[in-house]
Amino acid sequence: MIGFFKSLAVTLQSMLRKPVTVQYPGEHLPMSPRYLGFPGLLWDDAVDEPACTGCLVCARYCPTDCITVSMKDNPLHKEGKSKRRKIVDDFQIRMERCILCGICVEVCNFEAIAMTDYHEEADISRGDLIATKEDLFRMGRDYQKRAGIVVGAGSGSEGEE
Amino acid sequence: MVAEADLQTVDMLLNMGPQHPSTHGVFRIVLTIDGERIVDAEPHIGYLHRGTEKLCERENYRQIITLFDRLDYVANFNNELVFVMAAEKLMGLEVPERAQFIRVILAELNRISSHMLFYGAFGTDIGVLATPFMYGFRERERIQQLFEAVTGARMMHSYFRVGGVADDLPDGFTAHTRALLDELKRGVQECDRLLTYNEIFLERTVNVGAITGEEAIDFGVSGPVLRASGVPMDVRVAEPYLVYDRFDYEIPLGKNGDCWDRFWVRIEEMRQSIAIVEQALAMMPEGPFQAPVAKFGFVRPPRGDTYARAENPRGDFGVYLVSQGENTPYRVKIRGPSFCNLMALKRMTVGHYIADAVVILGSLDIVLGEVDR
Repeated sequence: MIGFFKSLAVTLQSMLRKPVTVQYPGEHLPMSPRYLGFPGLLWDDAVDEPACTGCLVCARYCPTDCITVSMKDNPLHKEGKSKRRKIVDDFQIRMERCILCGICVEVCNFEAIAMTDYHEEADISRGDLIATKEDLFRMGRDYQKRAGIVVGAGSGSEGEE
Repeated sequence: MVAEADLQTVDMLLNMGPQHPSTHGVFRIVLTIDGERIVDAEPHIGYLHRGTEKLCERENYRQIITLFDRLDYVANFNNELVFVMAAEKLMGLEVPERAQFIRVILAELNRISSHMLFYGAFGTDIGVLATPFMYGFRERERIQQLFEAVTGARMMHSYFRVGGVADDLPDGFTAHTRALLDELKRGVQECDRLLTYNEIFLERTVNVGAITGEEAIDFGVSGPVLRASGVPMDVRVAEPYLVYDRFDYEIPLGKNGDCWDRFWVRIEEMRQSIAIVEQALAMMPEGPFQAPVAKFGFVRPPRGDTYARAENPRGDFGVYLVSQGENTPYRVKIRGPSFCNLMALKRMTVGHYIADAVVILGSLDIVLGEVDR
């Protein structure tokens, strides 16, 4: 019986406490700077072209094989504006398979891909869950602007790591 | 009138699961019941089988870490730890001290968050409805926020690497953790006060599903379930790994091996984990967080085999690793504590009421991701 009243006291206590609920769609909890959201492709603003050369290393090391990449000759390289001989032609990430592990970011030699803070990419059909090149650049460039990431000015060489 | 003994009665089969809410996942027990008493209990597993061990044979050492995250999905750091320890053992790799401290801190915090989930789910199994669940998840949420600041993910971290950790701790980690520990101390105290000596709770758990120390050893039970039966076996003490031999902490032991003891041992363990994290924070040295190994952790351990084990929140988690000197392991065998603890379920449930089966299963604290692999 004492136990019952003790439990009731707990209920009454928390009734008077201020709620901690965050009204989600309107309000958001703060996210950590390291947050692993969906991957996005970064843009080299110095040359105004994608930082990705389509080298396939991310597709090779992806544990779930969710990345499809193809490359093409870089027209800007012929004109001498860019050091990238090859450039990404098509890039797709199947979001329904991606496990957000960040391996693609670790292995990228060109700092061309980053884990953005986008996380509300739910959709109603499977086809919409395939992120096309445009989607990835939209997320990546927006994140780049907000996080202040500058991709090495047309380096096109091996990154630090 | 016919006497009760002369009545022709037939035992009834009762399916519990795989959709039953108190089986903590997709788990099924076929109970043979005589009235309300359980005569036989046969667990059926495998609904969540993903072939992790086979997948490990085609993924490289960096990718396997993501698979281990998904085994025991409420104690991710502890799983990753055992795998990277096995690979390091094979390579004879010396892990920098700072990395070892980071691992200890995160693994112990993960133990607390896992036990908090147990606390909440166990309360619900008993029938206390929402309050313990809310308490448990409140504390768990705080820990997960810290994890998010460190690793970027709340559950599937993939943060430990062969030879160290992925990245150094973020700025303000020590202050954040100290504040968190103060909150956790209060939280554990509150959880303890709410349930542990509650009359109804005692009625439901004391002398339910009791198992002696010898029986527990025979079943291969480990972790809090074994220690609740009074067997002083903890891998952290018996076979110290990382820097566990430098801390001052106790291993709580139960007496009867019943559900209450299993609950109490876990509550006490949370207190001890807080003590370990406090000491580790004070002792943590500066220095590198990663040993110099192959780029991105794509290592190739030499030909050979090894066994590494560590104390998971659920018990003795072991990995047997065979390498042929390639970038993928030849064989990875996982010894999961939940799987072995589940073996004692029949011994514990037979003779009790149906409602007690739920409590006993809850007190074993199984995670199906690791039972089925």
